[in-house]
Amino acid sequence: MNTVTITITKQPELFIEAECFSPDALAGKSADAISKLPIYIGKTTETVGDYFAVDGNAGATAAETKLVIKGDTSRVKYIGSKMTAGEVVINGNADMYVGNFMSGGKITAKGNIGHFAATSMSGGEIIVEGNAGNYLAASYRGDWRGMSGGKITVLGNVGSDCATFITGGEIVIGGNVDVHVMTHADGGKVIIKGNAKSRLGGQASRGEIYLFGTVDVMMPGYAYSEDVELEVAGTKAKFAVYNGDLGERHPTRKGQPIYAKLYLKK
Amino acid sequence: MSKLVTDVICPFCGTLCDDLEVEVSDDGKQILEVRNACAIGATKFLHSQASDRIIRPRMKQDDGTWKDVSYAEAAKYAAKILCEAKKPLMYGWSSTSCEAQATGHMIAEQVGGIVDNTATVCHGPSLIAVHDVGIPSCTLGEVKNRADRIVFWGCNPAHAHPRHMSRYSIFPRGYFTGKGSKSRKIIVVDPRPTDTASLADYHVQVEQGRDYELLNAIRVAFKNGPLPDVVAGVPKEKIYEVSRVLKSGRFVVIFFGMGVTHSLGKNHNIDEAIAVTSDLNAYTKASIIPMRGHYNVTGSGQVLGWQFGFPFCVDLSRGFARYNPGETSSNDLLLRNEVDACFVLGSDPGSHFPNKSVQEIYKLPSVCIDPHMTPTAAVSKCHVPVAFVGVEVGGSCYRMDNVPIESRKVVDPPAGMLTDDEFLKLVLAEVMTIKGAA
Amino acid sequence: MTEILIKNGFVFDPTQEIKGDKKDIAVKDGKIVDKVSSSAKVIDATGMTVMAGGVDIHTHVAGAKVNVGRNFRPEDKLQAVYEPARGVRHMSGGYSVPTVFKTAYKYADLGYTTVFEAAMPPLYARHTHEEMRDTPILDQGAFPMFGNNWFMLDYLKNQEYDNAAAYIAWLLRSTKGYGIKCVNPGGTEAWGWGLNCLTVNDPVPYFEITPREIISGLINANESLLLPHSMHLHGNNLGNPGNYTTTLDSLKIAEGVKTDNKFGREQVLHHTHIQFHSYGGTTWADFESKGPEVMDYINKNKNITCDIGFVTLDETTTMTGDGPFEHHLTALNHLKWANTDVEVECGSGIVPYVYSKDVYVCGVQWSIGLEMALLAKDHMRCHLTTDHPNAGPFTRYPRVMKWLMNQESREALLHTMKNEDKVRDRSSLSSIDRELTLYEIAMMTRAGTAKALGLADRCGGLGIGLQADIAVYPFNPETDGNDAEKIEWAFGNAVYLVKDGQIIINDSEIVSNGNKKTYWVDVTTNPNKQVERDISEMFTKYYTVTEKNYDVEEHAFMKNPFVIKVDATQ
Repeated sequence: MNTVTITITKQPELFIEAECFSPDALAGKSADAISKLPIYIGKTTETVGDYFAVDGNAGATAAETKLVIKGDTSRVKYIGSKMTAGEVVINGNADMYVGNFMSGGKITAKGNIGHFAATSMSGGEIIVEGNAGNYLAASYRGDWRGMSGGKITVLGNVGSDCATFITGGEIVIGGNVDVHVMTHADGGKVIIKGNAKSRLGGQASRGEIYLFGTVDVMMPGYAYSEDVELEVAGTKAKFAVYNGDLGERHPTRKGQPIYAKLYLKK
Repeated sequence: MSKLVTDVICPFCGTLCDDLEVEVSDDGKQILEVRNACAIGATKFLHSQASDRIIRPRMKQDDGTWKDVSYAEAAKYAAKILCEAKKPLMYGWSSTSCEAQATGHMIAEQVGGIVDNTATVCHGPSLIAVHDVGIPSCTLGEVKNRADRIVFWGCNPAHAHPRHMSRYSIFPRGYFTGKGSKSRKIIVVDPRPTDTASLADYHVQVEQGRDYELLNAIRVAFKNGPLPDVVAGVPKEKIYEVSRVLKSGRFVVIFFGMGVTHSLGKNHNIDEAIAVTSDLNAYTKASIIPMRGHYNVTGSGQVLGWQFGFPFCVDLSRGFARYNPGETSSNDLLLRNEVDACFVLGSDPGSHFPNKSVQEIYKLPSVCIDPHMTPTAAVSKCHVPVAFVGVEVGGSCYRMDNVPIESRKVVDPPAGMLTDDEFLKLVLAEVMTIKGAA
Repeated sequence: MTEILIKNGFVFDPTQEIKGDKKDIAVKDGKIVDKVSSSAKVIDATGMTVMAGGVDIHTHVAGAKVNVGRNFRPEDKLQAVYEPARGVRHMSGGYSVPTVFKTAYKYADLGYTTVFEAAMPPLYARHTHEEMRDTPILDQGAFPMFGNNWFMLDYLKNQEYDNAAAYIAWLLRSTKGYGIKCVNPGGTEAWGWGLNCLTVNDPVPYFEITPREIISGLINANESLLLPHSMHLHGNNLGNPGNYTTTLDSLKIAEGVKTDNKFGREQVLHHTHIQFHSYGGTTWADFESKGPEVMDYINKNKNITCDIGFVTLDETTTMTGDGPFEHHLTALNHLKWANTDVEVECGSGIVPYVYSKDVYVCGVQWSIGLEMALLAKDHMRCHLTTDHPNAGPFTRYPRVMKWLMNQESREALLHTMKNEDKVRDRSSLSSIDRELTLYEIAMMTRAGTAKALGLADRCGGLGIGLQADIAVYPFNPETDGNDAEKIEWAFGNAVYLVKDGQIIINDSEIVSNGNKKTYWVDVTTNPNKQVERDISEMFTKYYTVTEKNYDVEEHAFMKNPFVIKVDATQ
């Protein structure tokens, strides 16, 4: 695997849109060619080299390419967007759309990442050591097909609207989460180690939420069904299981409705 | 002698009353009286008659004072800042005609602007909810002719849309509603005891910020599912009762306003309210209508839709249209320092936006096109007064139910004064000159 | 004025029975002429196919519900590349519900020059016109909907046919409409109460009239008004298994009715998207084609035309004035649902839909459209549409042409279907080896549609004196044969397009936004005080706009309005 290191050398006045910061866009390119790739600031087109120092050549394919981003990239959007393979390491913070429509490979963010990360992600892995913003792993506006596969681990906190319209895949949140988790879910799994506020699983027809901490306000559409003993994300515990959202339409299996499930640690 | 102009459209709110009568002086220059309008609408017409009205464009000097300039100079300045900016915000578009909006969009296409309208601080969350679940709706005449269950959720038409209740929703007698208000049951959901609530058969005092939970509980109640004893401060018995009242209606209409679009959860509240409406269609007939504010905010969404495919927050900076409220919405852009020029027409963000956003507008190169001296004009570098659309110039407008109505000219604007569309065409020509030279 | 000579192309023109002969087409002052001077601009069409500009008789490209479709599907924009502005072109995007700009550019690429918006809610007419005005290049017109209008229901119930006709004339004038559209007669009014009319005999609640009486009344009114187009019907019970009986019942209402017009139109009834109305079976489990039965009836009855509404197997957006159908659809696919009921007049609904080749019902729907077109005996009366965007986006017309012209391509697709055997079993498509010719395609896409619209004296052909709307496709009938992929590519990429004598596409690039026209029909009828009073009363009591604010003003809302005047005072 070849490593390309991109270090920010100059902060933009506005924001940089860098769709080329993914192993797929870099594959097969030399450091020199990479520094000539276009990035966008508003309506202007500039090159990677105008704002970043590039070191190392990319591998022949995305899978053979590792991209390491250094410096404060909190004003850089689209890192790892649409990547299918390979690896991205973000040493500082990143702005919106990290791992947007990602289908494979791995992203490690050592700092915080912005809103709309992992939009409609279908595969691969994202590890965030800091916090993630709003709309983590949600669908694009209007799409009923959100995250369908892959795994996201956030060690810190996550904003609102996490996993909207999720149909598959798994998200583990080490810290707390803001309102609206797994709204409209039709599958998938979210594990919350910290606390939640309210509106867990609203309008969900399928999917599972595991909550270790507290919830401020429960959804009225979830009804208690039973207590179970489970091992979740390496922790064995007793959970109270709630079925919902009872206001929503539900698919059936052998004549029995399938519900979204909310597991609250006892 | 005076003349009476009839069938005049009121350019104030989304109710877009079209039955006003305006008495004007024989020379067509002065409005003498406005009939049939509510107090707010009448005032809008009479405002145009103010003797101290600003009638020439002005640039702010270094010492903070204004200096009169010509429309040509103002257009040159506007074109220059739009062309020089990397990402200009072009905001407003809700108190103007569709024709002016279309001209503005052509400018935005040339300069790579972001076009956003007042939905961004109003019914934008409703538009987002519509992306997610659609919207079963109807025209206001259907409400008048058929509806026997009216819900006002988080809105107060008695004050915000004064003639709504008499023209469309509570009192009118329609084809199948010959007994007027006696044909209808009124439900108001509002934490406050409003004047609208005082007209209600059922006033549900929801705990503030818990609309989503209450709407969810109503959906469960439709299916006769189990509920906690109290949801959102409302006892479950009352929730079951309200859901029965709704299901027993022949035609249910839910009107909703800023009380749900801008409280906790925003679009999700509307999403769930639409779901309530959709659910009801399994039992009876139901529709839901947003109480749109500015008289032509709806039209802005329509024109943006047919030209670019999105109803607000349209980012043209990269040479093609992108859309994502949360990123391309005015306040997010201003608060995150994502834009480097601000062009405002047909709205007053100085009054409506958070203080931090207004401070940002103050820092940027900026133009405010508005007949009035507004807080936005006060923080802008250039203020361009224009004729009042719907009073001094006509043009197409869309009512809150998307019905298009052509607004009328009633009197002449002050001599030498341009309309929105005329000024925008000057700006567009300047932009083309700058781009041609580049 | 400009002169153009399109030299040496293979010309297909059913209006003159030209079947691929090598011919030159001369253009002067916007019209087709027999010869031009030596200074004419020469377009070398050697090795290419030349046809009249395409004429679409039924598509949803402008107006309230189309725009709801655009605005409520941001994700539709992700299905296609959003094209930047270049030259005379604006930025253009959207897939199943493209923006007005993309609509124009894509139709132009397909060689189309005239496009009719199939459903205009009268109260929203101004909106439809604003969008048509902003759609460059294309000549357009729109059909206002009448089948659920309270005036019509009342007049027809009371058999006041003169009043019905006078009202139609008034509404066409007020809304600047082109002809009479009837969507789910009575059913959409019933939907005002959450109900529907599924057969031609189901009474409309409160109005005590049946769809049969509405259809019959509108056909007769259309003929008494001598309109250019016939009554344009979207029948009851669309999209449901077993609906072909309702369709045959509807078509039979036209039996014995004779045409009366000066526009060369021969049909009294146009049934639209007939594919959606030709279903057998009783449930989705035993769903099957009844296309042959319905097409057999149409073949035998010369006073009927139809368009197909081919399913193209794409993710698309359904939108129709058939409100109850869309509610039914959202209950089937659970996707977002928009609905708008329009006071006094009509309604509409919109739901996204994914036609997957691996869902057997979709496969059968795809088969039925092709089966019917291949069984048609007269393609002047059987037109190519996808009911855009309902059965698929219009940008797929070239793909439909490929399937119609090449059996192998049909077989190849059937082969990849997950439920291949079941799909083959439910229609007769597999047993049909017919392959349509370019001449027949020209009938289905311009000659036949122009004639059915009553526009044969203006467009749809290349005869002397017709409007110079001409498409040149990169397809050589001598050497390309029926090469499937070549067909699909060539008929979506016109190399030249001339409209009204103006070059719109030059060497595959759009170079002009043209000078689009909007057609509308102004019928003079005998003065009718009763109808005038009824209209005033309806506005005073039941509409929420005033009568004066209802009228669509030509100057503000139409680009180059083109009035077709009809005198029906006799």
